[in-house]
Amino acid sequence: MLLTASSAILMILQQAPADNVDWDAEFGVEEEVRDPVTGELPVDPYVEDNANAGADPYDSTSLAAAFGGREGIQRIAERTVEISEADQRIAEIFVAHDMVRLKRTLGEQFCYLLNAGCSYSGRDMRSAHDGMGVTRADLNALVENLQQAMREADVPFAAQNKLLAKLAPMSGDVVER
Amino acid sequence: MTRFLFYPIFVFSMAIVPALHARETATPDQPGPVAIPYSDVLEVRQAEPTDHAIAYARVLESHGSTDASIPRTLPAVANTGAAGVPAIKPPDREASAAGARVDIDLFEGGKLLLTNGITTIEGGSGGGIATWATIAGREMKGGIGVQGSFTAIELPDFGWRSYGAAIGISDRVELSYVRQDFDTRSAGAALGLGRGYTFNQDVWAAKLRVAGDAVYGSPVLPQIAIGAEYKRNHDGAITALLGASDDEGVDYTLSATKLLLQHSLLVNATVRLTKANQQGLLGFGSAADGYKVQVEGSLAYMLSRRAVVGAEYRSKPDNLGLGEDDWLDIFAAYAVNNHLTLSAAYVDLGSIATFEDQRGGFLQAQIAF
Ligand code: HEM
Repeated sequence: MLLTASSAILMILQQAPADNVDWDAEFGVEEEVRDPVTGELPVDPYVEDNANAGADPYDSTSLAAAFGGREGIQRIAERTVEISEADQRIAEIFVAHDMVRLKRTLGEQFCYLLNAGCSYSGRDMRSAHDGMGVTRADLNALVENLQQAMREADVPFAAQNKLLAKLAPMSGDVVER
Repeated sequence: MTRFLFYPIFVFSMAIVPALHARETATPDQPGPVAIPYSDVLEVRQAEPTDHAIAYARVLESHGSTDASIPRTLPAVANTGAAGVPAIKPPDREASAAGARVDIDLFEGGKLLLTNGITTIEGGSGGGIATWATIAGREMKGGIGVQGSFTAIELPDFGWRSYGAAIGISDRVELSYVRQDFDTRSAGAALGLGRGYTFNQDVWAAKLRVAGDAVYGSPVLPQIAIGAEYKRNHDGAITALLGASDDEGVDYTLSATKLLLQHSLLVNATVRLTKANQQGLLGFGSAADGYKVQVEGSLAYMLSRRAVVGAEYRSKPDNLGLGEDDWLDIFAAYAVNNHLTLSAAYVDLGSIATFEDQRGGFLQAQIAF
């Protein structure tokens, strides 16, 4: 009651603001700054470990060739992210995150798992996807986008499935609802 | 304090005003920085510049923050189009997620191609003659999907037509119905039934996925489902003459299905408890025999995400002593698009009603949403 009354009084007393107020500054909102070299946003500290990639890599190094080697794999990861950013079904999940970093770390993960000579420097799957509310349908969408990226890179289907075989068991750490 | 006097409060909602009061009186030693979710930041950025204050106040209020002096980290406007405006306007995910808890996604789909299986002769999702643990329809959790199919089998002495419909609920429960028409053609005359005598059967079935996932999760835990099929044939008078003790019966199934991605291979195994003769078309059981355990197996190789080839086996009882044989098939299925799957198979159904070597072709068109 008192609140309503006081707010009514406030409403009468106050007036429209000037047009040129910097509201970010007024509210103390700071923009995160990208690293000038990597172009990535800072992340909270974590312990780097290949085990964060979520699976053991393949023993053989021959599979990597089917993906166009290290560069080919990196391109596939980048393309997967790009397709997903444009995919109405899941785009909104990506919008809030650092795609510069994701392209790098996802590429590292694929490269590591396919034994193409990388280590994985990203977070583990559970903490990387914590609180995103990813569903199994989102996961299917991402798989389709990865399949499209691999198709565009002419990766044979059986080899595509070998990469998916490493990723599919991670669903429990990624899917939240 | 004074900065608040400039708020365009003539457009403020009453709900926000109390929040501002709290902000004015907040103590300075509040917990550290509050990360404002990016979606909220977008809301601010998308508002007219003169409305940013309102938008921020709303955001702060919704996060229970009351102290304007707390520094807030704002993710840089990345991966966006010009001038910090996102290339794609994010839909209201929270609202739709909240909605999904209440409403049901009707025919929204979401399954990977072919993971709803094709339709078995008994109407459920499977591989043609073998039942799988997969659930019909393209729905995911929280959704409802449907599947309809037409199947024709041409054999040397007989012709089969079946018309199936199935509903999938939340990728968890499958309810199905199929109508089977089995035309004896000229064999009907030889059997004394009359040329073109047609056996008919209805199968109502339910299947429940109880554990696992065919595609994801532990590579050693398959998708497991249990099912019950109530079958009623319309030729009880004739099947009784053949020695069948009943014209209706229930089959129980336990299926396990897993996609071994490493090998591009789908493996299925099913155990069936049944007393059906020729899966029910020739009635159920006999004076001497009732329920027996039978097995079904499928092996399918994925050529692409649309195309799969495979083979199936299904053991059958011989309650009537007519020399009923186990079934075999070699099949190919092709997902033309998300909704249409075409299948073709070469089937070996052995001896049917004393007519030997019933080998022929199986064709199916299936529509799913
Ligand atoms: C098994 C499937 C998946 C794998 C293997 C995977 C892998 C990864 C990897 C390696 C990272 C980088 C972590 C880091 O930089 O520290 C990441 C982050 C991310 N993933 Fe996934 N992901 C999967 C599923 C999904 C799905 C289904 C979505 C959404 C549709 C998704 C959205 C994201 C987003 C938005 C990030 C950025 C997180 C951040 O920077 O805060 N992921 N994922």
